[in-house]
Amino acid sequence: MIILRKSTSQGGKGPQPHPSSAPLPSRRQTLLRLWRYIRQYRWQVTAALLLSLGSNLLALLGPVLSGRAIDALSGGVGKVNFPVVYVNILLMLSFFAISSLLNYLLSRLMIHLSQGVTYQLRKDAFNHMLQLPLDFFDRHQAGDIVSCLQYDIDTVNASLSTDLLQLITSLITVLGSLAMMLYLSPLLLLVFAVTVPAAILLTRYITHKVRPLFRARSVKLGQLNGYVEELITGQKTIQVYDRQQQMLAQFEVKNQDAVNAYYKAEYYGSITGPCVNFINNLSLALVSVFGAVLYLWGQLSLGKLSAFVLYSRKFSGPINEAANIFSELQSSLAAADRVFRLLDQKAEPADAPGALTLEKATGLIKLDHVSFSYVTGQPVIHDLSIQVRPGQTLAIVGPTGAGKTTLVNLLMRFYDPQAGFISLDGHDIRQLTRRSLRRSFSMVLQNTWLFQGSIFDNLAYGNAEVTLADVQRAAQAVHLDEFIQKLPGAYAMVLDDNASNLSQGQKQLLTIARAMLLDAPVLILDEATSNVDTQTEQLIYQAMEKLMSGRTSIVIAHRLSTIERADQIIVIQDGQIIEQGKHRELLAQGGFYARLYQSQFR
Amino acid sequence: MKLIRVYLRPFYKRMAGGLLIKIIGTVCDLFLPWLLAFTIDSIIPLQQIRPIFLCGLLMLLSAAVAVSGNILANRLASAVARDFTQKLRHDLLAKLLCLSARQVDDLGASSLESRLTSDTYNLHELIGRMQRLGVRAPILLVGGIIITLTLDPQLTLVMVSVLPIITCVVILISRHSIPQFRELQRSVDNLVRVIRENISGARVIKALSKTTYEQNRFDQANRETVNQETRASATMAVTSPIMDFSLNIGLTLVILIGAFRVNRGATQPGVIIAFLSYFTIILNAMISVTRMFVMFTRGSASAERIAQVLNCPADLQTLPLSAGGARSAETPPLICFNQVDFAYPGQKALLEQLSFSLEEGQTLGIIGPTGSGKSTLIKLLLRLYDVSHGQILLDGQDLRSLDRSALRQNFGVVFQNDFIMSDTIKANLLFARTIPDEQLQQAAQIAQAGDFIDTLPNKANYQLAANGSNLSGGQRQRILLARALAGQPRILVLDDATSALDYETDARFRQALGRQTKPQSKIIVAQRVSSLLQADQIMVMEEGRIVGLGSHEMLLKTCPSYRQICQIQLGDDNIA
Repeated sequence: MIILRKSTSQGGKGPQPHPSSAPLPSRRQTLLRLWRYIRQYRWQVTAALLLSLGSNLLALLGPVLSGRAIDALSGGVGKVNFPVVYVNILLMLSFFAISSLLNYLLSRLMIHLSQGVTYQLRKDAFNHMLQLPLDFFDRHQAGDIVSCLQYDIDTVNASLSTDLLQLITSLITVLGSLAMMLYLSPLLLLVFAVTVPAAILLTRYITHKVRPLFRARSVKLGQLNGYVEELITGQKTIQVYDRQQQMLAQFEVKNQDAVNAYYKAEYYGSITGPCVNFINNLSLALVSVFGAVLYLWGQLSLGKLSAFVLYSRKFSGPINEAANIFSELQSSLAAADRVFRLLDQKAEPADAPGALTLEKATGLIKLDHVSFSYVTGQPVIHDLSIQVRPGQTLAIVGPTGAGKTTLVNLLMRFYDPQAGFISLDGHDIRQLTRRSLRRSFSMVLQNTWLFQGSIFDNLAYGNAEVTLADVQRAAQAVHLDEFIQKLPGAYAMVLDDNASNLSQGQKQLLTIARAMLLDAPVLILDEATSNVDTQTEQLIYQAMEKLMSGRTSIVIAHRLSTIERADQIIVIQDGQIIEQGKHRELLAQGGFYARLYQSQFR
Repeated sequence: MKLIRVYLRPFYKRMAGGLLIKIIGTVCDLFLPWLLAFTIDSIIPLQQIRPIFLCGLLMLLSAAVAVSGNILANRLASAVARDFTQKLRHDLLAKLLCLSARQVDDLGASSLESRLTSDTYNLHELIGRMQRLGVRAPILLVGGIIITLTLDPQLTLVMVSVLPIITCVVILISRHSIPQFRELQRSVDNLVRVIRENISGARVIKALSKTTYEQNRFDQANRETVNQETRASATMAVTSPIMDFSLNIGLTLVILIGAFRVNRGATQPGVIIAFLSYFTIILNAMISVTRMFVMFTRGSASAERIAQVLNCPADLQTLPLSAGGARSAETPPLICFNQVDFAYPGQKALLEQLSFSLEEGQTLGIIGPTGSGKSTLIKLLLRLYDVSHGQILLDGQDLRSLDRSALRQNFGVVFQNDFIMSDTIKANLLFARTIPDEQLQQAAQIAQAGDFIDTLPNKANYQLAANGSNLSGGQRQRILLARALAGQPRILVLDDATSALDYETDARFRQALGRQTKPQSKIIVAQRVSSLLQADQIMVMEEGRIVGLGSHEMLLKTCPSYRQICQIQLGDDNIA
């Protein structure tokens, strides 16, 4: 499962194990998008340029000053001009101090910049992730997504904070040296007309070759993360089935893949430095040979030749460095690619233009000839029509896989039906803002979801208006108050990663309390009390009747005692209603419902 | 750091080989400028073309040696880093899979995940770069100092006198920044946790329209990470300017003292000029060393975190306990709980004075309110936790005296919300075991999964999404049931594992389970009375205690809570 895959917008529910490899985005595109993040720091970038220019110039002045000091002492024994030495030494010290200070400021600036970009990139990626349709999360392993948001962005960050600065410094040195060499001997500079293009071509060739390898590396690491995530989730089960050795062996395959992808990228990536160095050495040899020849022909003085050589060495150092940085940039570009791929995933379609904001729904729900399938050709809901009046309780029963949860998915607009329409208070739900639509429902699922935070935070869930008294009242309604009061810290107790200090049923009760506090006009319970004991369940429903009086509720449950009192029970099979009525009526009908009811005594 | 040493030890030979090649390459690299100087100083004055070209050829040769040596050395270094990381990650996962439930609770799943991923990446990077870049700088540093020593030992000492200052600075900074990097990793853990929570809770977050809240929550974690990183990097950013400045002070000192020495006739101006050029080399080497130091500091925070996991003491060890129980003469019961107490550390007791036994081939049903300790009992039986008091016996042997894998081979288990791999259905049923196809099919039939699997495209080779999210809740549970049954375990343990099945499917499953030819003991936790009706014994739990134990008929008479449950679920008329 790879984020790099192009989004398949039709939203197939099935995973696609073999991602089609999308074409590589061009390097320019990636750089351009990255630049958009850096652009808002363009003043800092300018400042950084100036700072590094300043500190480099000061560093260049150092040798001049030390040269003067040495001139002052080259008189020999007893003839050293101490005042001049002192003055120059003092100057040197102050210059070096300033240069160091500038360097420090420069790195602080770059840290600020790269952290700013990292923060923004991560924020954008995360916020975009929240906008993605549900099927994105079905198709991608959590670990892979985490790897993109954390590791990949970190890679970009690392290269921004160090590589960018290096590149700038190198550029300044290269330009300076080039100017000096041009001044000394334009003829000899011709040597570089051969070797510099050679270096550039070589670097280009290698980066071209290496880039897909770095991409593969990011992908493999993402897969490894995905697998690790899975193994950690299933750790208990793996232990109980005593499959540690086997899982380790399977992990080893992924591990090997990841380190090999890493190695391959480095195998080619790490040749850049030595190769460019080789070309530099080549130019050095050429310079010395041709320089010597020029000197013999009387075209060049010896002093100029040695100065030229000095500058050419100054010149080749940064080029070498730059080449190394380029190969590192490849890894961060590959990482940035993955982040941008995530950002390119299609978000949930925007609200219809002029979409209505439903303030307070009464809870009149209508499904009109609705048909839906996740995968074309495999209908899940077929020509279904239901009406729920405000204040009514509708129960949905049916064999597993009949489409009950899908119905909820459609109501909440996680998916849109292919035919027919659904309305809330007479408005087609596609004409409502998603936010106001979803605010009209409070939904509780079988799979509980709690986050790390206090019990209070989990129940209030971001609603500042909810007081401790409100939270306590909700907890009392689900009969958890007494239990929570006995916990260390009571409502302030922090639920940890797996909330392993709570039983599954208690977690379900917490999520029901959370839903109650939401105070939405329609309540949807999808197997919300499946792990709760019957007595507690009865008490909850009684409390809910009081709390939620006049509200519409939709209840999906397998335990029939849960739904006996519903105003309307519909039995769904293969996406169609096969029976409809109240509990007694349906039992009397002697159909599917009655058979289901009887089967608990078998 | 000990961790890195231990894991690098097997590669010392290879690293030494790579180092040697790298040194040869570097020396050739350094030989070049010397040759160049030689050409200018000694060959050119000869006024002959031939020796010049000869020198050029020699330079070319050493350049060729340098390039091939460096490439080879780099590749060797990458290979070492690869093998190092692979081994480390392997051992880390092996350890992680063996951690006890309590240890996992303590460390936190997100933190474990990032230790196994981003921390190992950090070390991978560190080992690779250290080898690639860590050779040239020390050679230049040491070489430079040695050459200056031959020029003028006293001046060299003056220059080197700043080195202790630098060392002090480095030590001070690292003492300051290693904890900061540790903090950073912790906030990264937190960041990862929020991301994970948002992925697993995507549906709920959308449903409750809490996107803004989650954005803020993430923003906090994100901001904290960025702040921590800024803090740690800012500390490290001090290193390089201070080092530069100290070395430059050394240089000015050299000129100052040199001036006095020249004045006294103790040294020549030319020596000081030579000093200046070597100084540049030493300075550059020092800069590289600083950069490696930064990398090392960061890496050591990761190494520490990995070591913390690897050094976790083995929990739940096998103890040499003698067989307990008075019935050792007769056949002991299959499972016997003997006055078992259990509490999570620092919390009130979850189970108290639990005693019961189960004979081979029998079925035990467990029912009771939420939080009454049903799942905890199962976890104790599987020895995911150890009892606080009392003992649990399997075949008359204390669980703690049994080899854990031998113990668990007796069981086939389905937990509440058990996990499903993103792999094919068949792979999930096999779960890395070797089980013949018919046996798998048989298990799928009993679990009532056979029919729906046949309707899927690719049937048993249907690819499941992460957590089986492309199946309905009931389908997921049936896959899990089939997985537990496929091993034909001696004891089947189901913790509320049929809650998402409709009554009819549930009934068919129970009947198929009863028809199995091989006798099987079963422990079934359920909220539905109908799932437990046929059990030989039903145990009613409340607040960690047993309030009723017996057959359905008996409990109806003796246990008021049980009677109430039945009345609600089955209706008054249907209670016999």
